Amino acid sequence: MVKVNEKCMLCAGCVGICPVDAITLYETGIYIDEKCIGCGACIRFCPVGALEE
Amino acid sequence: MRVDCLIVGAGPAGSVMAEQMASKGFTTMVVEKKQEIGIFKRCAEGVTKHGIEKLGIKINESSIAGRIRGAMLYSPSGKTVVMEGKEMEGFVLERKIFEKWLASKAIESGAEYMVKAQAMGMQKKNQAWEVKVRSLEGMKEIEAKLVIGADGVESKVGRWAGINTVNKLTDYHSCFQYEMAGVNIDKNYIHIFFGNDVAPCGYAWIFPKEFSANVGLGILEKKAKMKAFDYVRKFIEEHENIFRNAQPIEANAGGVPVAHFTEMTADGVMLVGDAAQLVNPIHGGGITRAIHSSLIASEVAENAMNEGDLSKERLKEYEMKWEEEYGEKTKKLMKLRNFLEKLEDKDFELLADILQGEDIFQLTQAKLSFFIKKVMTKPSLLGLVKKYLMD
Repeated sequence: MVKVNEKCMLCAGCVGICPVDAITLYETGIYIDEKCIGCGACIRFCPVGALEE
Repeated sequence: MRVDCLIVGAGPAGSVMAEQMASKGFTTMVVEKKQEIGIFKRCAEGVTKHGIEKLGIKINESSIAGRIRGAMLYSPSGKTVVMEGKEMEGFVLERKIFEKWLASKAIESGAEYMVKAQAMGMQKKNQAWEVKVRSLEGMKEIEAKLVIGADGVESKVGRWAGINTVNKLTDYHSCFQYEMAGVNIDKNYIHIFFGNDVAPCGYAWIFPKEFSANVGLGILEKKAKMKAFDYVRKFIEEHENIFRNAQPIEANAGGVPVAHFTEMTADGVMLVGDAAQLVNPIHGGGITRAIHSSLIASEVAENAMNEGDLSKERLKEYEMKWEEEYGEKTKKLMKLRNFLEKLEDKDFELLADILQGEDIFQLTQAKLSFFIKKVMTKPSLLGLVKKYLMD
């Protein structure tokens, strides 16, 4: 499952690329739920490297 | 609570939709998940004067942070091509003001707004949608005949309604930007830099504002060797003359869809703006298309509401009208995009030699045939032209 680190810019780009709707942006941060299949699309997309395995 | 039209997201698409629906006499509510409309921008803030005014929008003075005469394009080695003329004139906006201004117009027309109010899910209920909204006043259920997804690239409304809004890595630019003060550059122009080591499959930009500039770039992951953030750092380091005294006052990131739309409607649901991936696939600009999509969607919504038929079949007229307006052009621009993504640095140098500013403007208008004639004479580009630009 993918984890989010402190570099997150809250841009929500990862939300738009997640194929299984596992990511949600709240004002307080990005939340990745148990639907995550670890495909890594968000990790590859993230402009700052805020997502990791 | 019951309304005719619930709009999720108070960006340009959402607020223009709200203004239209409210002024047509429908009860309209907008929910915005952030506590302040207009932050955090995911945008270089540029619009052409021609493009925005064609939609009947006369932008208020305080939303304008920079006035632009044209664009300067830079090849990897630094050759420049200047684009100027009436249709190149534009503004660099201050999005936090612009979006609040658009919201104020919707409010004047009678729309209700809630901020720090996040849509959490929706379900069908008696021929309408019931949307759960988490707000400062607690959880609310809002029943709406029509739900508008103006909720950006991260659109949840689309997904909840069963519309496939997932962006593909190959059609989704990864972008990073600093807004910087102390940038030493001609403020009459936006500045666009090409090159595979500058911004693979994309470009770097400097959009000047009154006392600052948006400095950023977009890349596609498939050809990138590092993150968008790292490319921005490299870009700043490599242009010492421009950035010697520059310091960041804001950092932005975001995803920009650069594909052709797929689906924008479901029963009682319409998607507008970035939520429907309505972005120009060549330059990634989305403000004008977002506003235009809301103007078209609201016309269709008005008639559909009055007929009492908000089925997907009825609302599809919006997709058809969009296709009529932008379909052909977007398809051509997609071809051009695929061609440009294959170019090597030496090809950009060649194009800088043979293209004038006016030629590049024509290209952005999806006029391809003259370009094909022009580059056909260059043996090194012939293969790419045949493969990507000719039918």
